[in-house]
Amino acid sequence: MLTPADLGAIWLTLKLAGVTTLLLLLIGTPIAWWLARTRSWWKGPVGAVVALPIVLPPTVLGFYLLLLMGPNGPVGRFTEWAGIGLLPFSFGGLVVASVFYSMPFVVQPIQNAFEAIGDGPLEAAATLRASPLDAFFSVAVPLARPGFLTATILGFAHTVGEFGVVLMIGGNIPDKTRVVSVLIYDHVEALEYAQAHVLAGGMVVFAFLVLLALYLLNPTGRKRR
Amino acid sequence: MKRIAFVLGLLWSAATLADDVQVAVAANFTAPAKQIAEGFEKETGHKARLSFGATGKFYAQVKNGAPFEVLLSADDSTPARLEAEGAALAGTRFTYATGRLVLWSSKPGYVDDKGGVLKMGGFKHIAIANPKLAPYGAAAVEALTSLKLLDVIQPRFVQGENIAQTHQFIATGNAELGFVALSQVMKDGKVGAGSAWVVPATLHQPIKQDAVILDKGKGKPAAQAWMEYLKGDKAKAMIRSFGYEI
Amino acid sequence: MSIRARFQLSYPGFSLDVDLDLPGSGVTALFGQSGCGKTTLLRCMAGLERGAGRLDVNGEAWQDDSRFVPTHQRPLGYVFQDARLFAHLDVARNLDYGRRRTASADSLRRDPIVDLLGLGPLLDRMPARLSGGEQQRVAIARALLTSPRLLLMDEPLASLDHARKQEFLPWLERLRDELDIPLIYVSHAPDEVARLADHIVVMEAGRAVAQGPLAETLARIDLPIKLGEDAGAVFAASVAERDAEWHLARVEFDGGELWVRDSGVPVGREVRVRVLARDVSIANSRHDDVSIMNLLPATVVAHAAEDHPSQVLVQLRVGSTLLLGRLTRRSAQRLDLAPGREVWVQIKAVALIG
Repeated sequence: MLTPADLGAIWLTLKLAGVTTLLLLLIGTPIAWWLARTRSWWKGPVGAVVALPIVLPPTVLGFYLLLLMGPNGPVGRFTEWAGIGLLPFSFGGLVVASVFYSMPFVVQPIQNAFEAIGDGPLEAAATLRASPLDAFFSVAVPLARPGFLTATILGFAHTVGEFGVVLMIGGNIPDKTRVVSVLIYDHVEALEYAQAHVLAGGMVVFAFLVLLALYLLNPTGRKRR
Repeated sequence: MKRIAFVLGLLWSAATLADDVQVAVAANFTAPAKQIAEGFEKETGHKARLSFGATGKFYAQVKNGAPFEVLLSADDSTPARLEAEGAALAGTRFTYATGRLVLWSSKPGYVDDKGGVLKMGGFKHIAIANPKLAPYGAAAVEALTSLKLLDVIQPRFVQGENIAQTHQFIATGNAELGFVALSQVMKDGKVGAGSAWVVPATLHQPIKQDAVILDKGKGKPAAQAWMEYLKGDKAKAMIRSFGYEI
Repeated sequence: MSIRARFQLSYPGFSLDVDLDLPGSGVTALFGQSGCGKTTLLRCMAGLERGAGRLDVNGEAWQDDSRFVPTHQRPLGYVFQDARLFAHLDVARNLDYGRRRTASADSLRRDPIVDLLGLGPLLDRMPARLSGGEQQRVAIARALLTSPRLLLMDEPLASLDHARKQEFLPWLERLRDELDIPLIYVSHAPDEVARLADHIVVMEAGRAVAQGPLAETLARIDLPIKLGEDAGAVFAASVAERDAEWHLARVEFDGGELWVRDSGVPVGREVRVRVLARDVSIANSRHDDVSIMNLLPATVVAHAAEDHPSQVLVQLRVGSTLLLGRLTRRSAQRLDLAPGREVWVQIKAVALIG
């Protein structure tokens, strides 16, 4: 039922989503922490930039990434200077794009969880000799566990469902940038509806399971808040 | 509520009373179609409502009840198929333009006028439209096959979903060069920017773009008028100025 | 040994400006209405709030013009109003949280503190499954286990109902009597202060309006804030005799003796006695034909107007102990209670508090 091309695309998609989610947890957690704790004027603008991908059509993001990461764009110039080469049409490029694209889905749940914790437990930790970094790992992170869980699931799922951005900067290269959503698009465009159904149906089931897991693992509203 | 319904009703009858035609236009034909529509409206008093997109998508939409009355396809097989399936009116099909393939780079002097750059290599990415979906992509593959370069060059393919996106890859410099439609890089009768090699038509099957009246255009004078205008000399001149042959 | 605290801090609509010299041992109450700045002052001392000023704790500078020791480097214990146990850790791990983070040389063994606060049966419970009083006991134990050199408590009883409060107070007294750590205790409840504190700082609108030893300060009639029904004297006494027949106990204090309800305190034990002003009446001569048992000769020291124009607060000296009595202005005039006048006080009720 699944062709090697399909399997390649599925594997690539999972790899992309996995790497992206991991990076996002690393990058997104400090951002979420800062957003949750800061009283700076910059909170608004930074929060808005992080949330942009929720509002923007993915093609806008993809278009600008294509320009920025291209040989005439600042990012492209930098990556070429750094010896990485250009990012479009590469797996690394997709990862960079996906990190931007899925950022709000990781940052916001973690930020909300940090905000829900409030100052209380952290002040308590400080009076118990925990340095701010220590308190972050020993108190804030464990207390924000549901937020991290939501962030991980949403970040992964949203990257799997990514299409417009990949389309714009991917170049549809088998095993490098041809992810499932693009392949479905190709199947549909080529009128190969049977093959499209297998993958599209799979995506529907996947999305359902992800959301189901989210609700089961994280019964928000019943326990917290 | 009643008043709103009345106003909506008025608008609706106004829209249907005016003679307009819904045309689905292949993305590569966007610019000429706009110009033709202007002339068409001026000459006939009808109104042309143009939608631009991928031919494959139009096919799926037409089969699922989209309100298009005329299709200007990027190929000749889709109109034939629609006709065979009874979704288009038999006998209305004709070739309105034949596309020319061009190897293009946004860098001046990068592509020589014999296409020698293909043999020399030295590029990392070459953009083509998805050959499965786009006639220009299929023609590019044919041309490379004729030149016996396909195996060498294929690993460097980056594919746009259509030639518009392919053009974008090249225009932004992310791909050093690529195959697009001559109509995309023509400006005032010559290649506007960068460097190009017009691929000889002998290297690939002609890229015939056919038009056809769809089921929904049956008995609509505006659809008929559009087809007539498209066949006329004025339209042909416009089409040629955009780099198509006819 | 002393705690020197000088802080200035202002927010829109509030400013704190205090300069205090507090004893380096015993219990000091920061007392005042809600919003008077007592919690803010406590937070400044903990370094949770950064006001300008300086803080020296028994010879160590925690804050001055050039340094601000961050909270986690101050050897203090802090008990919050709302306990703030870590919800993701059970009681044992909550207790160990601070203990593990204090220098191992003087880190305490857990058991004595667990025993002192009766936490043995709770060790493997999660905080969500503890009552308010249990949570506060855990919070106190958790703070104590960091071997603090200063203990700060922010109304630890505020979130408890009356019954829990009564159940909890003895734990606090035990703490005060068995541990030699200076405790600064924020409260707006006069009975708590009377029971626990040795020293009191009365705060109003961000300023310390009165301070001093508890007995002396509570017996002042010129306190800038009116305690109303809670006005009264607190002083030390010792149990001298228990009368089995009448279930009464006789306590002796500096100036005389009082009969009180026998609450089982053994003879010889030091106790704290509280006499509310509203329970004191004054006569020009001794009357034995009344139901009141406790009659003491006293000298009028001073009097002051109360909030209500009909009332007056009279300060009296019995031996070297000061008492407060509240009566109507008319009675005061009729009895001619000028300073220096010898009178008899009749005490309707006496409370042994700890």
